[in-house]
Amino acid sequence: MMDRYTKLQMVGIYAAVIVFLIFILLPFFEMFMASLRPLEHLFRSPYQFWSDDFSFQAYSDMWETVPLLGRYIFNSVFIASAVTVLTMIFVVPAAYAYARLEFPFKNGSLAIFLGVNMFTGAVLLIPLYRVLRSMGLLNTYWAMIVPGVAFLIPTGIWLLRSYLEKIPRELEEAAFVDGASRMYTLRRVVLPLATPGLIVVGTAVFIGAYAQQFLFAITFNQQRELQPLPAGLFEFIGYQDVTWNQMMAAALTGILPVMVIFLFLQKYLVAGLTAGAVKE
Amino acid sequence: MTDMTELAGDRSAFTAVKKSKSLPESVFAWLLIGPAMVFIALIVAWPLAETIRLSFMEARLGGEKYVGLANYQDLVDSRKFHQTIVRTFYWMFLSVGLKLVLGLIGATLLNAAVPGRALFRVLVMPPWIIPMAIGMIGWLWLYNGYFGVLSGTLMTLGITDGPFEFLAYKQSAFYSAVVADVWVGTPMVTLFFLAAMQGVSRDLYEAAWVDGAGRWYRFRRITIPQIMPVIVSMSLLSAIFTFNSFEIIWILTEGGPRGATTTLIVDTYKTAISNFKFGEGSARAVIIVILLGIFSLLYLNVLKLVNRKYGTK
Repeated sequence: MMDRYTKLQMVGIYAAVIVFLIFILLPFFEMFMASLRPLEHLFRSPYQFWSDDFSFQAYSDMWETVPLLGRYIFNSVFIASAVTVLTMIFVVPAAYAYARLEFPFKNGSLAIFLGVNMFTGAVLLIPLYRVLRSMGLLNTYWAMIVPGVAFLIPTGIWLLRSYLEKIPRELEEAAFVDGASRMYTLRRVVLPLATPGLIVVGTAVFIGAYAQQFLFAITFNQQRELQPLPAGLFEFIGYQDVTWNQMMAAALTGILPVMVIFLFLQKYLVAGLTAGAVKE
Repeated sequence: MTDMTELAGDRSAFTAVKKSKSLPESVFAWLLIGPAMVFIALIVAWPLAETIRLSFMEARLGGEKYVGLANYQDLVDSRKFHQTIVRTFYWMFLSVGLKLVLGLIGATLLNAAVPGRALFRVLVMPPWIIPMAIGMIGWLWLYNGYFGVLSGTLMTLGITDGPFEFLAYKQSAFYSAVVADVWVGTPMVTLFFLAAMQGVSRDLYEAAWVDGAGRWYRFRRITIPQIMPVIVSMSLLSAIFTFNSFEIIWILTEGGPRGATTTLIVDTYKTAISNFKFGEGSARAVIIVILLGIFSLLYLNVLKLVNRKYGTK
């Protein structure tokens, strides 16, 4: 068969995959190894590849060294959840309009949304800082939620639109012909059919929201108790004595929420996110 | 009989109700889009307009004063700024080039019909989905001269005599940041290429295979042309991300040592946020927007050409 490989080719493919994965996973592996070593072992020079004293001690000590760690993780999850809910409220109706309706300035307005993807927050930080200040939102959760929502709306619309376009129109048309109002059709016919897509897009937005918090947090928020995990940990790196093993343990614990969600939904997520790459 | 007429009457009543109740399509559409549009206008468009206005001002914490094109003139005259622009483009082309090459290799490997590929696909994703800042804490550790594995390996192999601090020297800091940026960006490129490759019709490959075409030939003559539109879109998308890449550099080096990793976006942040020179910072931000705009226009034209040539959509 066309897909059959010789033994040698198989070995070559696996070897190349392993090299590729080492590049991708090395930082995680080293973070994990560092989190298992006692601090004295970490600071041994020259570098030792093996340590004789691995333990999970750092995972319990870290809660004392970084007293707000639990709070940081909560903040991260809370901000990401709020961003996701708000983003979806904006995205669902808009995506439906782009997937189904014809209206003036359709392509132009979609281009404006997608154009937002061109800017990262960094370009707009200065006036955004002033906008948030004049609204009295600096140093609140909102300072991190509001810009987060704005920068995820375009991606959300794009992803959900491609999903909605794949749902057959017949049911909607039937409901419409039966006299259901447009809003009723959207709520009672389209949304239930689109539930799997909503979950995928919602998860993608959540992961994006979880990942993008750093910049807005270090710029718009000075309140420690409100910092999300990346910003909270970054503060510690500046200190004189970084307890690296606990730092790594904390960092790995902090990505656990997204990793768990991702592992459960990875099959659908990959398909949803890369939908635009596949020709129909 | 009466039932039937009643039903018929109901029907027409329904249509009448529908007509009065349902909005015209375009009004309904704009009602649906409106909230998102207003939000984006408030949080993105208006600040963008403000950035343009501020770029003509001398704006500090105290207040602002109109200075015309002075901020731009300063940038045109500044050799340091010229270097920053050159560095930014070098950073972008190098990093995007590596992401595309690695993405293509990675996708081809993951597309090979070998046992375990579903698992490999999952293992590729983490750098994409975790917060960049956390990934960079890992890279900080890897690059550490005394305790990091990279310097340790170099010493063990006898390539360097003592510890090597990757982020302490201009050259090595720059390329180290590129590697970290490539690490962050490669998974997305890989998975998009993989999805595109899986969308290529098997018939094409089988026809070529029957005709005796080898793997390499099939890759060059079928895979690459078929996924060309995706390659082009990923190039632009990842060019924009790389151009705007801030967190990676900020966490690894804060733009140092001695400006060696200061790209435009880092320079903008340092000027405006770290030094409170809002006007000068805004002028830099406007230049970024203009450059990205030119870039996107170029890209749209290339995409049109590619689509025409390879006949998709």
